[in-house]
Amino acid sequence: MTDAVNILATSSSPRHAAESRFRLYGVIAIIISLGFLFVMVGSIAIRGTGAFQQSFVNIAVPLPAEKIDPKGTADPQVIRKSRFGGILKSALREMFPEAKSRKDKRQLYKLVSATAEYSLRDHVVANPDLVGTTASVWVRASSDIDMYLKGNIDGTLDESQRRVSDLQLAWAAELQSKGRIEKRFNTQFFTGGDSREPEQAGILGAVTGSALSLLVCFLLSFPIGVLAAVYLEEFASKGRINRLIEVNINNLAAVPSIVFGLLGLAIFLNVFGLPRSTPLVGGMVLALMTLPTIIIASRASLRAVPPSIREAAFGLGASKVQATFHHVVPLAMPGMLTGSIIGMAQALGETAPLLMIGMVAFIVDIPGGITEAATALPVQIFLWADSPERGFLEKTSAAIMVLLGFLILMNLIAIILRRRLEIRW
Amino acid sequence: MSDISTFSIIRRGNKGKHVDLAVRIVLICCALVAVATTIGIVASLLVESFRFFQKIPVMDFLFGLEWSPQTALRADQVGASGAFGAIPLIVGTLLISAIAMIIATPLGMMSAIYLAEYASDRSRGIIKPLLELLAGIPTVVYGFFAALIVAPMLRNGGEGLDFSISSESALAAGATMGVMIIPLVSSLSDDVINAVPQSLRDASYGLGATQAETIKQVILPAAIPGIAGSLLLATSRAIGETMIVVMAAGLAAKLTLNPFEAVTTVTVQIVTLLTGDQEFDSAKTLSAFALGLLLFIITLALNVIALRVVDRYKEQYD
Repeated sequence: MTDAVNILATSSSPRHAAESRFRLYGVIAIIISLGFLFVMVGSIAIRGTGAFQQSFVNIAVPLPAEKIDPKGTADPQVIRKSRFGGILKSALREMFPEAKSRKDKRQLYKLVSATAEYSLRDHVVANPDLVGTTASVWVRASSDIDMYLKGNIDGTLDESQRRVSDLQLAWAAELQSKGRIEKRFNTQFFTGGDSREPEQAGILGAVTGSALSLLVCFLLSFPIGVLAAVYLEEFASKGRINRLIEVNINNLAAVPSIVFGLLGLAIFLNVFGLPRSTPLVGGMVLALMTLPTIIIASRASLRAVPPSIREAAFGLGASKVQATFHHVVPLAMPGMLTGSIIGMAQALGETAPLLMIGMVAFIVDIPGGITEAATALPVQIFLWADSPERGFLEKTSAAIMVLLGFLILMNLIAIILRRRLEIRW
Repeated sequence: MSDISTFSIIRRGNKGKHVDLAVRIVLICCALVAVATTIGIVASLLVESFRFFQKIPVMDFLFGLEWSPQTALRADQVGASGAFGAIPLIVGTLLISAIAMIIATPLGMMSAIYLAEYASDRSRGIIKPLLELLAGIPTVVYGFFAALIVAPMLRNGGEGLDFSISSESALAAGATMGVMIIPLVSSLSDDVINAVPQSLRDASYGLGATQAETIKQVILPAAIPGIAGSLLLATSRAIGETMIVVMAAGLAAKLTLNPFEAVTTVTVQIVTLLTGDQEFDSAKTLSAFALGLLLFIITLALNVIALRVVDRYKEQYD
């Protein structure tokens, strides 16, 4: 009582000042939180957009028939075996004859990617009539040159401070003035597997690994989660065992993800002997993690179906099982699907448990099935983030943009599903 | 209702009964998967930890002040045993979590208060999903950001003030983790604040209190238990967080409370121990499971306490 009187007794202006100050704190808190979001996403986007382009160098490569296909068979097998590395190097030496010393030559060869000889080989194998001519071939620039051309390496720094030498800068300028350097859309980033060379590295392997893991995860967790929710909502009596299951699910939702990884390592790999580093085991671990999310969402969705639906079904002579599976579950399905998609989106971003079951290996090949060694998109981000090369910084940021793109897409699908299909009772 | 379903079963005879039973069994099995998961987690952690404690005494693990896991190549090697004292890891984990909570608590709670009490429906509809976006971003992205931007920024800032900040400082990892936790704190606090009955607000306004006074002197005291519960849940989340600390915190265990130095955490050590070579009988690999057990117990305890607190609070008004 006295408090209230005191409040009234004090003059109102300092109280109003306190009021607007307090309100301001709230605004500031929101601005800081959202500011961090924008700075984080923005800085990653700024660093990452470069990775969608790749510099290519045009090289006039003499393809002497006696070195590649002496018998003129045009047989891909014969052409494939030729030493394209040497051919490419001599072509570079011809273009820049001033590179005499061994050191200069080595710098010259580093203008183009170490994988350029393979793209040259594939190009010639695909076009066997080039043999015997001087072909004009576009090959990938090396990552350092690519970084310089994109402005990520400061050419005005002292030579010892940067990864590109003065000589290489001069060559790059000469190539540029002759129109022999071009930036193209980097298809390799979307169609290639991992590589030690940043300019050759792509995310398709990781995306495929993630997709396979999510497939396994969905096939396991969706039916199990939905049926468990049906049991808990529709069939279970309020007994002790059912309370135990409920408490269990709530607590599982709070277990750190890395502990699920330890479970996968100890049980799936060591006890069951399932293959390491595979989307099969990854998907199983992720399924156990997303199970609580799906069960909780499905239960909420089942609870929203009004009892009149069940009673009407019973009234027409349906059994409990019939009423549930013919009427209640179909009506609750949109909500269950929405919850599952959100659970899948969480699983897609999960990294730590996959590290535990060995999905961190360096894998070049694109996985063809759920029992082949694979990595996942967030793990690929983790691996690239660890690489010291400047080129991988760009690739990491771009991979994050792709990952965020997938997450936004999944959440949008969930929102649209909810708007379109959800029935409001 | 039960009469009707009994009737339908009788009418369709034995077949319906069998189907009913089979469906029930399948459903129970699905529900039991969750229980089996918990049993699997507890069993695997206990079994491997037991093997670890056969090599290293429990007391040395729980109270040891030095952590340098290594396995001897030869029996008579110098420093052959390695040291498996978990205290530096626990202190490091708590230091980073404390920094995270110091950042997340005021920001999350003030955001929640603003959204629940001040914001118009329209701005609430925009701001809330944006805040939830922060929670939807994978932690590996936060880790990358912490290591790439936050840590160098702090280090350079420290250099400018003639002050040395490690590039893997607890502050960088903790601050980034704090931002990650803001939406968790704010959405939980939002629920709690909204659960405070309108009659309390009306009574306070009726006595002439301003909105800020009502919030500070009426709503918050009424919501304190719920808010405490949500902060405990957030702390549990911070302790179990892995990727941010793996990417932004240090690897070497150092017993310090200085936020500008590099510390390591329980989760970082689990990842480091298990992503290298794997020989399953060395104390080094097994220690990861003992750390996992420790982590599981701590987070479970925090979670159980938090749910209790929240539950008890809910009963007051319903």
